[in-house]
Amino acid sequence: MDRLADFAPMVAPDAMLPRVVRVARRTRDLPDTWTLELVPADDMPLPVYLPGQFTMLYVLGVGEIPVSISGDAADPSRIVQTIRAVGKVSEACTHLSVGDTLGLRGPYGTAWPVAEGYARDVVVVAGGLGLAPLRPALYQLLASRPRFGKLVLLYGTRKPDDILFRRQLAGWRRQLDMEIEVTVDHAGADWRGHVGVVTKLIPRLGVDAATAMALVCGPEVMMRFAASALHDIGMAESSIHLSLERNMKCAIGLCGHCQFAGSFVCKDGAVMRYDKVRRLMGLKEI
Amino acid sequence: MPEFAQAVITPQGLAALISGLRDDGFRVIGPTLRDAAIVYDDIESLGDLPAGWTDEQEAGHYRVRRREDSALFGYNVGPHAWKRFLHPPLLRMWRAEPTADGMAVTSLAEPAERYAFLAVRSCELHAIAIQDRVFLGGTYVDPHYQARREGAFIIAVNCGQAGGTCFCVSMKAGPKAKEGYDLALTELLADEHEFLVEVGSERGAALLARVPHRDAESQHTDAAASAVANAENNMGRHMRSDDVRELLLANLEHPRWDDVAERCLTCGNCTMVCPTCFCTAVEDENALTGAAERKRRWDSCFTMDFSYIHGGSVRSSAKSRYRQWMTHKLANWVDQFGTSGCVGCGRCVTWCPVGIDITEEVRAIRGEGGGDGRA
Amino acid sequence: MEGLEGIVAEHRLFQGLGPDFVALAAGCAKNVRFNADEYLFHAEEPADWIYLLRHGRVALELVTPGRGAVQFETLGEGEIVGLTWLLPPYRWGYDARAIELTRGIALDAKCLRDKCEVDHDLGYALLKRFLPVLVQRLQAMRLQMLDVYGPPR
Repeated sequence: MDRLADFAPMVAPDAMLPRVVRVARRTRDLPDTWTLELVPADDMPLPVYLPGQFTMLYVLGVGEIPVSISGDAADPSRIVQTIRAVGKVSEACTHLSVGDTLGLRGPYGTAWPVAEGYARDVVVVAGGLGLAPLRPALYQLLASRPRFGKLVLLYGTRKPDDILFRRQLAGWRRQLDMEIEVTVDHAGADWRGHVGVVTKLIPRLGVDAATAMALVCGPEVMMRFAASALHDIGMAESSIHLSLERNMKCAIGLCGHCQFAGSFVCKDGAVMRYDKVRRLMGLKEI
Repeated sequence: MPEFAQAVITPQGLAALISGLRDDGFRVIGPTLRDAAIVYDDIESLGDLPAGWTDEQEAGHYRVRRREDSALFGYNVGPHAWKRFLHPPLLRMWRAEPTADGMAVTSLAEPAERYAFLAVRSCELHAIAIQDRVFLGGTYVDPHYQARREGAFIIAVNCGQAGGTCFCVSMKAGPKAKEGYDLALTELLADEHEFLVEVGSERGAALLARVPHRDAESQHTDAAASAVANAENNMGRHMRSDDVRELLLANLEHPRWDDVAERCLTCGNCTMVCPTCFCTAVEDENALTGAAERKRRWDSCFTMDFSYIHGGSVRSSAKSRYRQWMTHKLANWVDQFGTSGCVGCGRCVTWCPVGIDITEEVRAIRGEGGGDGRA
Repeated sequence: MEGLEGIVAEHRLFQGLGPDFVALAAGCAKNVRFNADEYLFHAEEPADWIYLLRHGRVALELVTPGRGAVQFETLGEGEIVGLTWLLPPYRWGYDARAIELTRGIALDAKCLRDKCEVDHDLGYALLKRFLPVLVQRLQAMRLQMLDVYGPPR
């Protein structure tokens, strides 16, 4: 049995108390998706964060939700977050104006293990809004591009109008040593790109699968199929990293809501290794 | 652990302990009879204790009964656990207000009361230690729990009998209180009504020194040992606990889960009475002034929304919610916090309206079917 | 003709079928080329050709009133357009349109079907090769149908 004296004696800070930040800029990415750039509303510097982490954003009088950070971690002046309006709090976030304030807690969660990709081919597989939490990893990969082998981004979404960060993707494809393949579930007659599930692009990858690393983010069923397809072409399950999502209230491992079997997604995730979660992902209602 | 003395006190000595604590500014909480149950509430004097009462517990069954003697602690455990004081069911956290240039957030955390818990059983000491790990042992410490826990004075009580749903022996959480207390009492009801007192800390010793007491003799220590042995040998339930984690994790699709799902009402009683369950939810309350208050309240993994995400709940079936609770308690907890989450207090068995018995469920999954866990 | 034989012989779908088959298939094959926006075939037309794409991209589409043409799959280099040649009523169920300049070879499906009726071993061997492709497409289609990227309902 632990003794009370074994625990830290100082009174701990209250990690449930948000600090106040201000909207410095807002951009509409898609009809229901906005990117907010947040700066401090007090004199304190913003917290340092790692690609893959998220914050808890609070809108006065509405509520608090986890939101992924989608910006460049190397820029300390702001925290960039992309939000899709799917509920009352996210909807309220998308209606904020420049100058409005929000409560912010965090950053929380595990990071994309970008450094593990040094000297290896790196495959990034994004589905739908999943491109947002992967974007900080892409910034990091591109910032040290020579340290990695081949860099491939596979992006799947519902239809061409739903392509997130479209201009940025086009820019990356033009400028850099990076292969980008975009596919949609269905399209109108004018679309000249791929139509089909994103997993279909995996067998055609020209990477050294046995030594490559993959970062995968999107709807859970898409991540399961993508991870499975990556494993089928020879990628080690321990080299595939997913970003999971569960209901979050505290994000500090104390409210119990985000549990995924023995893990708390807020502290043991959201980024988790496929070999550790594969079995659980295959079970219903875990 | 320093060797402390043992002593013997009378009920008057106990009364003096209580008033001594109150004089020192502690709010003494202990067992009292109310609404046909023995619950934890403010204790001002000996008269508030449930003298001569015991509890009769079985799966889905709790009654208080008169004893033939006037034992003050002659019951086992009631529906309350000490978590209702250390980890309050409802807590005001902070207030956010609109200001001229945005928003201001102010903490509403109040200075914690200094609690003295009277009659904490061994299973409960273990449960408190388990919650200490949850709230104090991680990267983020809960300051509300910390404030209430740090100064808490604990007077433990050793059980002289086991309840119908008790299985602390199986979970290695009792019946003898071994550590984590300031003073531990074992009630002796031979010719005299006395209490063997074991001192567990400096401040326990200091408090004892202020009340009338005498040295413990072998008759007292023998009687105390005998009382505890009586509890140890008459446990209401058993659960083989050395392999439960592996057993449950390897059987997440066992047909027994469907069986229990047909009985479980997902009422969440078990989570309310369990001394280690800690899940909470947050609530926002808005005032007409535009200010909003954030509160924290107990929550249960049995509710439909507990795992709500993206338009639906991950665990919507009763089966998945019961499985979540039981595998968290007995298996996942080990991965998360290094120990089992169960102390064998039996409350979940007693307070389940349909009498689901966690020891029986484990046995069924292990394939040792038939019968309940009755010793 | 030699070029066509080479292409058929090398294609992974026809591995192990022997030189007689290669000769047969190549014998009723032809080079094809489609410019951007040219159709390979339309829905309801007889499914008389199997297209092996060597270069370019083809979209499979369905026209729905009010929405115009909706692409539900694109196929590229090395892939087969037209799996319905195998099964009655031997009619295409969708349109196939070249998205960009597309080259490939077309095998005479009717000729192959007639041969399969006579040579059941060949028929079975071809079925064993084409069915997995069909099943893979079906499974992929299921994922598309789930519409996982849509807003939560």
